[in-house]
Amino acid sequence: MAASLIRTSYSSAFAFSSPKASVYSPSVSPPSIKVPAFSPLTVKPLSSTFAPHAVRAISLATHATLTPSSVPADTSTTTFHGLCYVVGDNIDTDQIIPAEYLTLVPSNPAEYEKLGSYALVGLPSSYATRFIEPNETKTKYSIVIGGANFGCGSSREHAPVALGAAGAKAVVAESYARIFFRNSVATGEVYPLESEVRICEECKTGDVVTIELGESRLINHTTGKEYKLKPIGDAGPVIDAGGIFAYARKTGMIPSESN
Amino acid sequence: MASSLVSPSPIPSFIGNKKSLGSSAFPATSQIAIQKCKKQVSKKIVSVMAPQQSERKPATTGSVKTGMTMTEKILARASEKPQLTPGDNVWVNVDILMTHDVCGPGSIGIFKKEFGENAKVWDREKVVIIPDHYIFTSDERANRNVDILRDFCTEQNIKYFYDIKDLGNFKANPDYKGVCHVALAQEGHCRPGEVLLGTDSHTCTAGAFGQFATGIGNTDAGFVLGTGKLLLKVPPTLRFVMDGEMPPYLLAKDLILQIIGEISVAGATYKSMEFVGTTVESLNMEERMTLCNMVVEAGGKNGVVPADSTTFKYLEDKTSLPYEPVYSDAQASFLSEYRFDISKLEPLVAKPHSPDNRALARECKDVKIDRVYIGSCTGGKTEDFLAAAKLFLASGKKVKVPTFLVPATQKVWLDLYTLPVPGSGGKTMSQIFEEAGCDTPASPSCGACLGGPKDTYARMNEPKVCVSTTNRNFPGRMGHKEGQIYLASPYTAAASALTGYVTDPREFLQ
Repeated sequence: MAASLIRTSYSSAFAFSSPKASVYSPSVSPPSIKVPAFSPLTVKPLSSTFAPHAVRAISLATHATLTPSSVPADTSTTTFHGLCYVVGDNIDTDQIIPAEYLTLVPSNPAEYEKLGSYALVGLPSSYATRFIEPNETKTKYSIVIGGANFGCGSSREHAPVALGAAGAKAVVAESYARIFFRNSVATGEVYPLESEVRICEECKTGDVVTIELGESRLINHTTGKEYKLKPIGDAGPVIDAGGIFAYARKTGMIPSESN
Repeated sequence: MASSLVSPSPIPSFIGNKKSLGSSAFPATSQIAIQKCKKQVSKKIVSVMAPQQSERKPATTGSVKTGMTMTEKILARASEKPQLTPGDNVWVNVDILMTHDVCGPGSIGIFKKEFGENAKVWDREKVVIIPDHYIFTSDERANRNVDILRDFCTEQNIKYFYDIKDLGNFKANPDYKGVCHVALAQEGHCRPGEVLLGTDSHTCTAGAFGQFATGIGNTDAGFVLGTGKLLLKVPPTLRFVMDGEMPPYLLAKDLILQIIGEISVAGATYKSMEFVGTTVESLNMEERMTLCNMVVEAGGKNGVVPADSTTFKYLEDKTSLPYEPVYSDAQASFLSEYRFDISKLEPLVAKPHSPDNRALARECKDVKIDRVYIGSCTGGKTEDFLAAAKLFLASGKKVKVPTFLVPATQKVWLDLYTLPVPGSGGKTMSQIFEEAGCDTPASPSCGACLGGPKDTYARMNEPKVCVSTTNRNFPGRMGHKEGQIYLASPYTAAASALTGYVTDPREFLQ
């Protein structure tokens, strides 16, 4: 499992309690790029080919500490770092999670995991590199980069859930279909970020990227290019909290669960 | 860039007031005049104002109100606000929440987790639970999901649960209906002016009744189950004016394929689609449902057709609950307006692998096909089967490829066996289908529209070419990833079945 994820956020107590948060130790490294071993608080610096601001972003992470949940959510230091998986336009929900797997109920933890293992399995065979390797149940790509109208088709919440359960942390697409966007925010499973240009045409599957949420920026370390993202806005804290219910309870909008 | 498009030929306006639309010059085509928006449509609202007749003194009119579209009005009423503008985020009171066997268990799981194991739904009469997706299968999880629905409905005393227990004989289940969107209409749960949410993208179908209806995910549904409300953003409206007499070879499916082909699968994202015009007025309820059904295929948030005598007549024997229709104000603002002269349109298909991959059916006549599928909320209603039967009757021939018929609900199935087909000398649709060599009509459900468990009837398990009356044709939609699905109207599907190639129905109808 090669996804190296550095994610620091003051609401991490919520994040780490949700089923999707996991710590991955890299078992496969891409040949020419050093992927740092992940440990919660310390991060080895990346190789010297990386741009200085990327190093700054990572070193910010080393100073962040996991604090109790009483500190309000703040996306300004949230960063994602890892390999990206690039898809095209109009990736519909049948490609993200084929209908035959919809018998799996996302609120059931064992079935939640199983859903993750089928994420993006519906992509045609023209995608030679698969999102999840055969015999694996998690993805090594923590960031999905897409084109226009990502997530179109069905209202099935299984779509963002499958991506999140598989280990994706964020999708960066040119645009989204509305129900998928809404479901991503409501579940808190993946950050649905929007790019200003067609990043999908300039990135390749396997590129190492960093997303700085606070700066609304994506850095492709493999190509050395940087891209502006549209700010996640009010959706950020909701996803940070773990979805609309967690957010509503945290902010006092609805009372905490009675049990 | 907001585009306003006006056909150059004089077309009687549906709305009484003459509207002066900001028009930009465009090349007239034989079918429709349209300007393709390459960039994202800006949120600039094009104001459509009726000319002021006399000066309005504020003192006599009270607070100044801007005209609202139908969708804005419905949401305003549901959020108890006097005035709404597109972009407003409002808490909306929900009139009906629908869920089915695929998303119901997940929604229930979230409801219980968030509101407590012993929590009660906000209103046991406003939750309608309709198993319909994976019913006639031996898949244990699919069967278990229907059981989960039953347990919940029993515990909550849900008034409307269309249960099924005997999977071997659908007729042995008096409560079972079938496809949720058709059942909602047939059972009188769709009413003008209301807000209907469902855990299914094709919930937009109910917009045919002049209500706000849209699809939501499990988490949103769990929220509604507990509170009866949801935070929604008010969408701007795209208006589609369709005028002209419907040619005998066209159906509502052709109209919506025309529109989706024009604006693309993301052309209506976050927007409402309003359908007006003399053609729309001439459509029966099921045809209007087909029109609104595929709004989501253009990315649309919801679709609406103004309620009229056709609507009221349909509802007469179906609901006793009072309802109050709403209509777009004459001064309402629409993002864009598209006008169509229907008499110039031709039968269409959407080629693999996108609902906006529009082509004339007659231009695909060399495409050899392996099978035809007639079913789903889009093309498996009584009117859809009537259309197919009419075409088979007109030809008198037999189909050349396996032709699968999956009625949407028990009522539709019954209609196939009891309704006489006009001009047939008293034959029923089922008789005509049998004589044409179609498969026996199957148990009503969503069937193979979305593939489903591997043992689903008519599922595409090998790479085949299929003409289907369903709503999506993305890779793998009906099962096999390399399957080729041509979306079409029931007329076009029937015609294609008779020749073994994608066929324009005018070969058999004129």
